[in-house]
Parts: sequence; C-alpha cells; structure tokens
Amino acid sequence: MYNFTYHRPATLADAVSLLGSLEDGKALSGGQTLLPTLKQRLASPADLVDLSGVPDLKGVREEAGGLTIGAFTRHADVAGSDVVARVIPALAHLAGGIGDRQVRHMGTLGGSIANADPAADYPAAVVGLGAWVRTDRREIAGDDFFTGMFETALEPGELVTAVHFPKPDAAGYAKFANPASRYAMVGVFIARFGASVRVAVTGAGPFATRVPAMEAALAASFTADAVAGVTVPPDGLNSDLHASAEYRAHLITVMAKRAMEAMR
Amino acid sequence: MANPNGIGAPVRRREDARFLTGRGSYTDDINRPNQTFAYMLRSPHAHADIISIDTADALVSPGVRHVFTGADMAADGVNSLPCGWLIHNKDGTPMKEPPHYPIARDRARYVGDIVAVVVAESREQAKDAAELIVVDYAERPAVASIRAALDGTAELVHDDVPGNVCYDWHLGDKAATDAAFARAAHVATIDLVNNRLVPNAMEPRAAIGEYDPANGEHTLTTTSQNPHVIRLLMGAFVLGIPEHKLRVVAPDVGGGFGSKIFHYGEEAIVTWAAKKVGRPVKWTAERGESFLSDAHGRDHISHAELAMDADGNFLGLRVKTDANMGAYLSTFSTSIPTYLYATLLAGQYKTPAIYAEVTAVFTNTAPVDAYRGAGRPEACFLIERLVDIAAQKLGMDPTALRRRNFIPKEAMPYLTPVALQYDTGDFAKNLDMALPMVDYAGFAARRAESAARGKLRGIGFATYIEACGIAPSNIAGALGARAGLYESAEVRFHPTGSVSVFTGSHSHGQGHETTFAQLVADRFGIPIENVDIIHGDTAKIPFGMGTYGSRSLAVGGSALVKAMDKVERKARKIAAHLMEAAETDIEVKDGRFTVAGTDKGVTIGDIALAAYVPHNFPLDELEPGLDEQAFYDPKNFTYPNGCHICEVEIDPDTGVTKILNFTAVDDFGRVINPLIVEGQVHGGIVQGIGQALYENCVYDEETGQLLTGSYMDYCMPRADDVPSFTVAYHEDAPCTHNPLGVKGCGEAGTIGAAAAVINAVVNALSDYGITHIDMPATPEKVWRVIHAHKPAMAAE
Ligand SMILES: Cc1cc2nc3c(=O)[nH]c(=O)nc-3n(C[C@H](O)[C@H](O)[C@H](O)COP(=O)(O)OP(=O)(O)OC[C@H]3O[C@@H](n4cnc5c(N)ncnc54)[C@H](O)[C@@H]3O)c2cc1C
Repeated sequence: MYNFTYHRPATLADAVSLLGSLEDGKALSGGQTLLPTLKQRLASPADLVDLSGVPDLKGVREEAGGLTIGAFTRHADVAGSDVVARVIPALAHLAGGIGDRQVRHMGTLGGSIANADPAADYPAAVVGLGAWVRTDRREIAGDDFFTGMFETALEPGELVTAVHFPKPDAAGYAKFANPASRYAMVGVFIARFGASVRVAVTGAGPFATRVPAMEAALAASFTADAVAGVTVPPDGLNSDLHASAEYRAHLITVMAKRAMEAMR
Repeated sequence: MANPNGIGAPVRRREDARFLTGRGSYTDDINRPNQTFAYMLRSPHAHADIISIDTADALVSPGVRHVFTGADMAADGVNSLPCGWLIHNKDGTPMKEPPHYPIARDRARYVGDIVAVVVAESREQAKDAAELIVVDYAERPAVASIRAALDGTAELVHDDVPGNVCYDWHLGDKAATDAAFARAAHVATIDLVNNRLVPNAMEPRAAIGEYDPANGEHTLTTTSQNPHVIRLLMGAFVLGIPEHKLRVVAPDVGGGFGSKIFHYGEEAIVTWAAKKVGRPVKWTAERGESFLSDAHGRDHISHAELAMDADGNFLGLRVKTDANMGAYLSTFSTSIPTYLYATLLAGQYKTPAIYAEVTAVFTNTAPVDAYRGAGRPEACFLIERLVDIAAQKLGMDPTALRRRNFIPKEAMPYLTPVALQYDTGDFAKNLDMALPMVDYAGFAARRAESAARGKLRGIGFATYIEACGIAPSNIAGALGARAGLYESAEVRFHPTGSVSVFTGSHSHGQGHETTFAQLVADRFGIPIENVDIIHGDTAKIPFGMGTYGSRSLAVGGSALVKAMDKVERKARKIAAHLMEAAETDIEVKDGRFTVAGTDKGVTIGDIALAAYVPHNFPLDELEPGLDEQAFYDPKNFTYPNGCHICEVEIDPDTGVTKILNFTAVDDFGRVINPLIVEGQVHGGIVQGIGQALYENCVYDEETGQLLTGSYMDYCMPRADDVPSFTVAYHEDAPCTHNPLGVKGCGEAGTIGAAAAVINAVVNALSDYGITHIDMPATPEKVWRVIHAHKPAMAAE
C-alpha cells in the first residue's frame, strides 16, 4: 500500500466538498474492493475520504411506496432489514447472497454500484427494478448508470448518496455463483410492474443490461415456462477461465427460469 | 485401569486451545530485535534472460539497507538448491539436474523466480525500493505446459537439457506386460490429465535469518515440516555452514500438505543476508507469492491400458505418464512421479504384469513437488478410473470387478510386480463394511428418484492403497534417495516424574502434541498433562527427518516406543534395586513396577526421583538419570488402504455436481486417537474433492503467466461444498513390522477421494456416452458433456 492521507468527514456536505477539492481523492466505503486494490499497489490515491462517519448515507427508508437505501448501507443491513423483506423481498435475498458474512458486514450498496464490477449482484437489481441512483448532484436512471466494465455514468468526484428502488408487484433474483469467487457468473433479476416486466442480467456481459426478448415473452405470459424458451446469443458475453460465453448464454436462460420460480 | 487418555482414546487436541485462541507462535508472529525485512523481487516473465539489473535507485530509497542479486550470491560461493532424489534413465544414465539458485543468475525461468532481494527497515520500504530496481529482460518463448515442453521444436528451459526431458524412467517387466496384452480378451484404455494444484496452506511461507558474530552461529526460523532436513540441505549444500553453527527452528506451522517439506531459496536468502546485513532478516510471503512460488502438485498427462481375460481377471497394466517438474527440481520432485507413483500402480489388485514409463519434463512454471498424497493420488486415480472403464466395458458391476481382482488377505505378505511388498491388508473387508453403509442395494431406486426430479445421480467407488511411513533407508537409498528416512525420539523423565519428549517428527496440523503424549501416558500410566511433546528445533531435538508421507506415527511414533523401551529397561533395574528384588521378578503394568507374587510396587515417578536423587541407587551398575534416545528405521513401508464411495447428483441444466454422500472405510492399522484420525480423513477427503471438482492451476499457454493466482480464480473447496462424511475404520490388519501396528492416515482421504468423485460423476453421466471426464469436473465441462451427447437411452 502506498501512503495516502486519510479523511473521515462527519457530514455529507464535508464529504462532498472534500472530494470536490482534493486533487486525487477517492471515496472509501466498505473497502472490500478498494483496500485489496491498494494493498496490491494497483491504485495510489493521494487521499481517502472514508464515508463511514456520515450518518446521512446510512439506512433504509420507505419512500413513495418503494425503498430508498443510503449509499453506505452494508449488504448485511439490507439482507436483514424487515422493511426490505416486506417491500422488496427479492432485494433482501440478493443482498444476503453477496460474498460471505464478513464481506456482507463491510461492503456497501454505494461502493458496489460505484465500482460496477461486471459480476456484482446489486447492478442486476438497479437495472432490473429501474432504480434511481442519487448522487450529490443529480439522479441517474438505473438503465443509464452502468456504461461499461467497471464504468459508470458518475463524473469524477461525484458521490452516490442513495439508491431509490421502486416497489414491483413481484420480483425474483437467481444467481449462478462463480465457484471460486462466488460473485455472479450469471445473475438474473426479474421484476413485474403491472403489465410490464423488466429482466436484467449481471455477470454475463461487461455490465448489467436488460434482456428485451425475455421481457417481451414474460409480458405475454409471466411464467417460468415462457422464459425457458428464450435463448440469448453468446455474442459480446464474457468468456474466461470459469465459463465460456456460450455457457454463460445458456445460464442466462436457466437463471431467468429460476428467478421466475423464486418470484416473491 | 486403562488410562483415559491412553491409546485408542478420542482425546481432544491439546494444541488447539493455543491455536484457537490466537496464542500460537508462527514464524510471522516472531519478531527479533533490530530486524530488517526482505522483499523478493520476482520475475514477471515466464522465461527471460536477465541482461542487467540496475539497483542504484533502490539502494538510496528510504530505509533500504541492502539490495542483493544473483551475482552477489555467486560471488559469495552460494550454491544451487539440491535435489534430494536421483533418478536414472532407462539407459542407466543419471537424470538432468540443472542448477537452481536461490536468486536467478542470468535467466528467469518462471513467473515468480526471484531476481533480486531488497532488505529494508520495513516491508513497505523494501517494496517501495523494489519498484525502483530496473531489470533489463530479454524475453524468450515460454514453455508453459508438458505438451509444449515435449513438442520437438520447443524452446529449451535449460540449455543443457535436450528436449526439456529431466529423465525418462521405467519400472516393471515390459516383456511380461506385452505378453499379457497379447493374450488379453479385453483391453480398457484411458487418457487422462491429473490436474495441477496449488497447495494453499493456510499459513504462507515465512523465514527469519539471524547471525550471531559472537559465536558464528546462524539461526533460521522457517515454516518447515522438517527443520533438520533444511539444516542439512542448506548448511551442507547451499551455504556451506557446518551443522553445529546452524540452528533451524520450525515453530508452529499452519499447514504444509507437502509444500513445506522442501528447501526453498528464501530460506537460504534470509540466512545468508542476515550475516551480510548484520541484523536479523525477515520475510513473509504474501498470498500472491504463495500461489506463484510454493511448489505445486500433481500435473501429469497419462495414457494407460488394462488387459483382462474373458472373465475380467486383470492380466496386465501398461502406463505412460508425462510429469511436469516445473522450471527447477524441487527437493523431492523427482521421486514423486516415480517411486511414489509407479510403485503404487498395482493398487489393491493382483495384476501380474505391470510396466510403467515416466518422462519428467522441465517447463517455465513453478517447481512441482509433493502435495498431500504425492504420487499416490495420481496412481489411485489412474487405476480406479481404468477399473471403472473396464467394468463399463465388460458390463460388470464395478464392485464385482474389483472384488474379483483384489489381492486376497491370505496372499499377504504380497510382492507386487512394481517392487513393493504389502505386509497386510484385507481389501474385501473394506468393501464389505462400506457397501451396507451406503445402501448400495438401494442405489437404483435413488437414481430413479433423482431422475424423476430431472437430476442425474451417480455412485462411484475407489479403493486405494498407499505406501506410507517412508521409508526403509536402505531401500530408499538403493532407489536414489540422498538421505536416510528414519526418525528419532528422546524421552526425558524429570526428577518429579513429568516427561519431555523430543521428536524429530514435526506437527503442522497432525496433532502430535496429543497423539504422541497419549503413547507416553498409556505406557507409563501417567496423566497426559505431565507429558510435553517438543518438536521443530534442531537445537533441542535429536536429528530427525520430519513429517510427510503419513510417516509421523509409523516412524516417529515407533522411535518413541523404542525410546520408551529403553526407559523401561532402565527403570526395571532401578525398581529391582529399590525393592530389593531380582530384576527378573519385576512386572510392569500401566507404569507400575511390582515384584511378582508380592504387593510391593513403585511407580515410574518413584523411579524417576530415585534416578535423579540417587541416594539409594545402583550407582556401580547404572548411571543416574532417566533420559533415553532412540532412532527407528522401518523395515518396510506401511500400507494404509481403504474403500471410498461417493454419491453425486448432477443438475443437467447447469452441470453442477452436488456431493450427496461420501463414505470412507479405512484400514490405518491400530488407531491411537480416533478423533484425530477422523479429522485427518475429513481434511484429506475435502482436498480430494477439491481436485476432482474445483481446483485447477492454470498457466497461460502463450505467456506462461499464472492465470489462477488468487482465490478469485483458484477455486478452493469450501465447507458448504461438501456433505457430512461417513467414515469408519477397522483394525483387523495391523502393520506387521512396527511396534504400534500403525500405518498412517494423513494422506488417505486425498488419495481415495478424487477417484471416487469422478467415478460417481462419470456414472451419473453414463447415459451420455462418455467413459471419462478430466478433473476438475466443472459445471461447464459437465454441461458440455450433457449437451454434446444425446442420451443413449431415455432416462425413464
Ligand atoms: C471476498 C469477496 C467476495 C465478494 N463477493 C461478492 C458477490 O458475491 N457479489 C457482489 O456483488 N459483490 C461481492 N463482493 C464485493 C463487495 O460486496 C463490495 O460490494 C464491493 O467490494 C464494493 O463495495 P465497498 O462498500 O466495499 O466499496 P469500496 O471498496 O470502499 O469502494 C469501491 C469503489 O467505489 C468507490 N465508492 C465507494 N463508495 C462510493 C460512493 N458512495 N460514491 C461514489 N463512489 C464510491 C470507491 O472510491 C472505490 O472506487 C465481494 C468482495 C469480496 C472481498
């Protein structure tokens, strides 16, 4: 790890102004990605702005029928929240399947989506629920947030403050975990809002995206069988040691079917 | 009354309290006053000439005390790390043994090869400075796999090793085996890859070098399974330090699985550097370094054929194996695919003719050496896969075919065609015990039930036998070992009756501090609390060979028994004197020495006191004190054996294999502590399952970069990947040639498990027209089998 200057602001305003003024500052949230990166000397920010002291970034609340979750809310707090379990149980289920216990008690929602790991779980919910990502300066539609592998619509220094998830009529998430890392090799999130259906896939491609063919099939018939027949072409999907693009494409259909079976 | 902590008691591990409360003392926990830290700069290239190394900027970096390169070591006359086993080629010429310097001299031969060492006031400063070292490399093509190495046009890993072949060795009777094939009615064939593994001990390697100029003594504290072996190899061969001036300490060690047997360059570097720097030098591997530089395991490509008569009796076995040695020869690397592999190819079967050929090759990868099981899992996997293929071919039940070919217990001792003499074993009994445990009769119904849920169920069997307790030194020597393989023990009674036992064996997870103490408590009828087991420090213990190859109890425990025999012999004389009786009238039971036919008696405690306070003592006959040492060199290997059965269910949609059941019946001879034995079996099975389903070490074929260099990509089995195991053992065939009748249990699980799992997977996929699937049977591999083949029969 290279040397850096550590800051721990107590208010959101201080955090935002620090990140705005520092030449080479980086937000530190749960540290589950950032700290290993620093330890391996793969990044060398001059300043770290630890968000853990900012109360406004934490917690789950109901808003407009849906949920607003602070950026610094840990995965374990989402997984264990009664409110989340009541309003969007699929989201609690998703958070409870991230990493392991230790990771869930450190990692945060904001850190996860800002990092935009192609294999992370939350992006499937952000896209699949048509969420709104709130930052220190604007609101970004879930569909527009992820722009590439480890890339988002965030501008330099822009801080995610919360994510607003609209309440679906029903939603389900199914993940095929990478056997080694247990990140999502393929994760499929399906949500129904009245007559319209959103299907989002994470892990398979460079970033979480929707699957229009599946959405159409499910809008016509909201059943596991309806999606079981929809195949996804492997073009553009990730191919690595663990899974070829072809296998990932196959898993999208299987996981979509399982997400339907896990609809809650 | 039997000692509650004696032989056979499931005593909880005494060392665990220390480990579980964070009070263990591992090498990295140890800090020396005024110590410095070493950072190893490793080659980022698999194969590159080192044109020049510019250390000028690093030397003036804050906190830096020294920067060393291979040239500095060469100037000091530091030698190559030695290989401990000489193998001869088919034509009788010796193997190729290119030098392996602690710091590479003019060429780096794998990603991770050390090219320079920075010593600084802190780890971070050493690391900062290492980034300032400029190494000018001229890259060469990388030879990243066995296949690449043996391609006739391959780049040479070592210029003076033509064809990258270290040796071309064989064992067995070729003519007899060819004749067996000539009259065979059936031949079963297999081509397989035994996948390369990274050992992944929980504690990364670490070493601290110290030098005391006052008396010229060097001390190395290191994560080793065998401190005396390191002292011998490093002192005599690498650094030229006489043994009385070199102390090697292996304190608490957090797992080895073989990878901490070997003498590594870092050990020599910190020992040598401590004297140059004039201060202690400490190095601890990061996890990434462990992946790159711990010796890896397995990595074979094999072709094998089994000849049978019309009834399925095995007639002959022919095996051709190519084995990867990596870039350099690690300490025992050369013996693994030869004397620990080919000699086990008879398995539990009376195959009369066997011929094995092994070609060992150099590649631009980390050195490959013993990993839990070391050669024997490779042999078991090959035989047991082949037997299953044979059963499939003959349309025979796999258990029936095995039973038909078992060496019957009546045939013991049994000389195999591959040079081993099994002393005991009751293979049919293992199977007889195991089959009802898994309700084999009910398997068809369970398979149908799975099929009704759209799942594929399979059952797999593996029988194994291993040669453990290595080894008789004379046999090992005749086969090329450059060391003896005995073990030592010293039993020191203290005046008030407590005991310190000094063993040359080493515990890094095996539980010696409990098991060995049980032996002493049992023998002398004393509380286990009164016995301490001391190991791991060459300044304290007698010269010993350490722990590997499931040898601790069979060899080290036997040495302990011999030392206790000596104590008892002396104690008997003292007792006779104390009770004014003839020595021949002294009877010994549970540590009480009595005079036959009287109620007179003394305890070992009384005797110890008399021995150290010899007011009333036969001083003209005996020396004072009660402290005896013994060395034990076994007469033969020991032969643990068993039967493992695995039941799996495959999800055809995803290709995921779930282990439903894993049952092991083992014969470890006499069991001293069933709890520890069970723990060893569990751990071993998990590692076998790991190889079968999850673990795989992959180098990029083009660049030689390690692609599986972290847990993000190298898949370790986790607790939730495995079911609760069902294990049992019998003690009906104890070892006939060591005093405890013990055989060893440390590697058994790993040896049997991989074959049982893959046999179950192939059985589950039997409708899909395959006879084999290579390890690890990942979900994608299994899915591909399912989707490439139309089921031969409808899964009705
Ligand atoms: C062993 C392990 C297993 C894991 N398994 C999974 C898994 O199965 N599924 C999964 O989805 N994830 C997994 N993760 C990732 C983990 O859950 C975290 O979500 C992830 O590491 C990032 O979140 P964090 O809070 O730790 O962020 P940090 O590591 O602190 O930060 C990550 C990045 O986001 C930036 N950042 C942080 N907060 C903000 C913010 N509010 N606004 C803008 N930028 C910000 C940081 O500057 C940094 O660049 C795993 C991690 C580990 C270590």
